Amino acid sequence: MIKMADISKSFSGNKVLKNVHFTLEKGEIHALMGENGAGKSTLMKVMSGIYTRDSGTIEVKGKKVNFTSPKQAEKAGIAVIHQELNILPHLSISDNLFLGREETFGRTGILKNKQMEKKTRQILLDLGLDINPTDPASSLSVGKQQIVEIAKALSVDAEVIIMDEPTAALTDREIDNLFKTIRALQKRGVSFIYISHRMEEIFSLCDRITILRDGEFVGERKISETSFDEVVQMMVGRELGERYPERNSTIGDIKLAVKDLNRTGCFEGVSFELRKGEVLSIAGLMGAGRTEVAQSLFGYKKLDSGTIEFDGKKVNIDTPKKAKEMGIGYVTEDRKSEGLVVDFSVEENVSMTNYAAISKNGLISKDKERKLYDTMVQRLGIRTSGPDQAAKSLSGGNQQKVVIAKWLGIEPKLLILDEPTRGVDVGAKKEIYSIINELAERGVAILMISSELPEVLGMADRVLVMHEGKITADIPKHEMTQERIMHFATGGGKLAVEDQ
Amino acid sequence: MQLKTSNQSVLQKIAPFIGLFLIMSIITILNPDFISVSNLMNVLRQVSINALIAFGMTFVILTGGIDLSVGSTLALTGAVTAGLMASGVDPIFAMLLGLLLGAVLGAINGIIIAKGKVAPFIATLATMTIYRGLTLVYTDGRPISGLGDSLTFQMLGKGYFLGIPIPVVTMIISFAILYFILKKTTFGRRVYAVGGNEEASILSGINADRIKIYVYSLLGLLAAVASLILTSRLNSAQPTAGEMFELDAIAAVVLGGTSLTGGRGWIVGTLIGALIIGVLNNGLNLIGVTSFFQQVVKGAVILLAVLLDRKKTT
Ligand SMILES: Nc1ncnc2c1ncn2[C@@H]1O[C@H](COP(=O)(O)OP(=O)(O)OP(=O)(O)O)[C@@H](O)[C@H]1O
Ligand SMILES: [Mg+2]
Repeated sequence: MIKMADISKSFSGNKVLKNVHFTLEKGEIHALMGENGAGKSTLMKVMSGIYTRDSGTIEVKGKKVNFTSPKQAEKAGIAVIHQELNILPHLSISDNLFLGREETFGRTGILKNKQMEKKTRQILLDLGLDINPTDPASSLSVGKQQIVEIAKALSVDAEVIIMDEPTAALTDREIDNLFKTIRALQKRGVSFIYISHRMEEIFSLCDRITILRDGEFVGERKISETSFDEVVQMMVGRELGERYPERNSTIGDIKLAVKDLNRTGCFEGVSFELRKGEVLSIAGLMGAGRTEVAQSLFGYKKLDSGTIEFDGKKVNIDTPKKAKEMGIGYVTEDRKSEGLVVDFSVEENVSMTNYAAISKNGLISKDKERKLYDTMVQRLGIRTSGPDQAAKSLSGGNQQKVVIAKWLGIEPKLLILDEPTRGVDVGAKKEIYSIINELAERGVAILMISSELPEVLGMADRVLVMHEGKITADIPKHEMTQERIMHFATGGGKLAVEDQ
Repeated sequence: MQLKTSNQSVLQKIAPFIGLFLIMSIITILNPDFISVSNLMNVLRQVSINALIAFGMTFVILTGGIDLSVGSTLALTGAVTAGLMASGVDPIFAMLLGLLLGAVLGAINGIIIAKGKVAPFIATLATMTIYRGLTLVYTDGRPISGLGDSLTFQMLGKGYFLGIPIPVVTMIISFAILYFILKKTTFGRRVYAVGGNEEASILSGINADRIKIYVYSLLGLLAAVASLILTSRLNSAQPTAGEMFELDAIAAVVLGGTSLTGGRGWIVGTLIGALIIGVLNNGLNLIGVTSFFQQVVKGAVILLAVLLDRKKTT
């Protein structure tokens, strides 16, 4: 179907792809894996004409091609779902879906709105999303926006669909629906290139896998003939060991106690305690109100009622600034819109939360700033070409590490992490877990929101499960199972999701 | 260094310099008188008022805002200062009050924008009218003169320091201070951060509202400085002073390569942008272009600069 050979690409002298090979057969689901910054997204952007390659050849159905724009690739039957969302927030959901290929009455330019809305509704229902197509896209959560993106690619009748980490923001049930749709399309002969850092997904969905490391082709395997360990080994070039590192923390006094927190339309009656050295996870489906609780604790969203006690003292946290000064850090869910100033360099992003530490009388000390950057890059293993690299040109996983780095600098006493390993590779995930453990061992209280159940099971001392704005369960480590969490996450009724 | 903060290519950074150089070369070829020291001093003095306002406008635009009310702010502060001086208030004290008023008028803009969540364009469009109206009310529509002969006041617009006009000295000192603030202070960095991504800034514990109020206030203060220079030069305050000044200031910022969407740009570019506008004004006169046609040329140059800028970024 597609054959890429000897592809090379560099950005301002920095070689990102080195003689990479990639072949896609008709009707297969082909996984593309590699660490953050390995060049996966870049390879796909070269294929779809967003970047021009420095050398190499691309053949589609036996014909050499030279796409110079994504539009051309789309005409040749290649649709791409990019890692970063491309939703226009003020347009309606249906407008977004049909953007650039609107259906009109003949050539009049008059839109067949009703028809497009009907189609939108159907496509999204197939993906398990029941929403009003005329609502603005901004009313959707990140996860749901991602589904709209997927729907967009599915609806162009493409022969090849490239998905760059489509499930990073989805919940298990949404992922199930997506996989069903993918398999149905596969039966019709559609081929997929599937990029993900989630091993379980790759092994349950894909037929073949290509692995990149540092911009180089490492190998290609049939999924049926390989194993987790071999893939990880190929990706990182060494044994990785346990996915969830050991933690030896002693759980201490109560750090945070919240009682009866309410915010109309988001959550109600939220009460819990979090102790020093404890890792408390909040699980639940997308839209259950987890992020809103975190934002309220951090002073970003207002509470309607409820009390917060910090170190046994009643506090009123009404701005993020105040939260920060109290020693609360918040690693946000959406790194592009909430976590980073993408035009800033990596160093400047890391500094953003730490002006007090790197300045004196309002003057920034270049030395201190650089030292902070060096420490963080080393501590988190961030891959950059230097402190001056713009955050927007980092790979997705490394961007995530920068957001975490911002908050490690303030030496937080309570760290809220909202989907901390979204889009992060296995090796880096482990590094992030180690950092969480290290913080917990030092007595930092950790509140970790996660939609990845294996992560919750592997990391949390205790898990709160939320459903439609209410806490439906508080489960200690020894009683945690994936089924139990899902049971309460879906409202405590029937066990809604089958075992993996 | 600055190159990084603004995240522009080197080419983008030097483009305004090249533009200025080209324009100066062409004018010199057409009329060699242009390049004489005395004429260049003249250009600098003419530039200084617009440059001061444009420096402040750079801060505002870097946060993603805009201020249309600067011309009116200039008129109102000038009128009030002149009014106080004419009524016998100590000139130094009157001037300090004028500066304070400028900062307050700016802060009002900032508060409406930050706390009232009004779009900067709309908010300052409204205050532009209000401040102008207040000026007309205060002056009764007539110029205020008879400002006394305070040496400090007279020097401000007409004096020289080591052979350099005081307005030019004021511009250079302001530039140096503001350049330093943008580049070396946490305040400067926060200005870029708020313009680059307001949400991420707030979530990093930055008080974005306060930054906005400060930048508008700073611009108001600089407009007041410009108004003192202008009032001193004319020896009177005109109720219609400063009309369209906001456009020249915005043009200087844009010519200098600062992005109107905020977060990207630098103040050195603004200085060059102001110089380009000043050189055009002066040079077109020298080579005999009629004042009507000058406007066409000025507009075309701005358009050309922005078009070239877009070419490079995409
Ligand atoms: N526009 C760009 N300018 C400069 N460098 C870039 C640009 N785009 C990507 N890079 C660099 O190329 C490398 C590969 O990036 P790429 O986004 O392809 O990684 P990836 O494999 O998709 O990683 P992830 O799993 O984190 O998404 C990274 O080191 C990145 O910093
Ligand atoms: Mg990627």
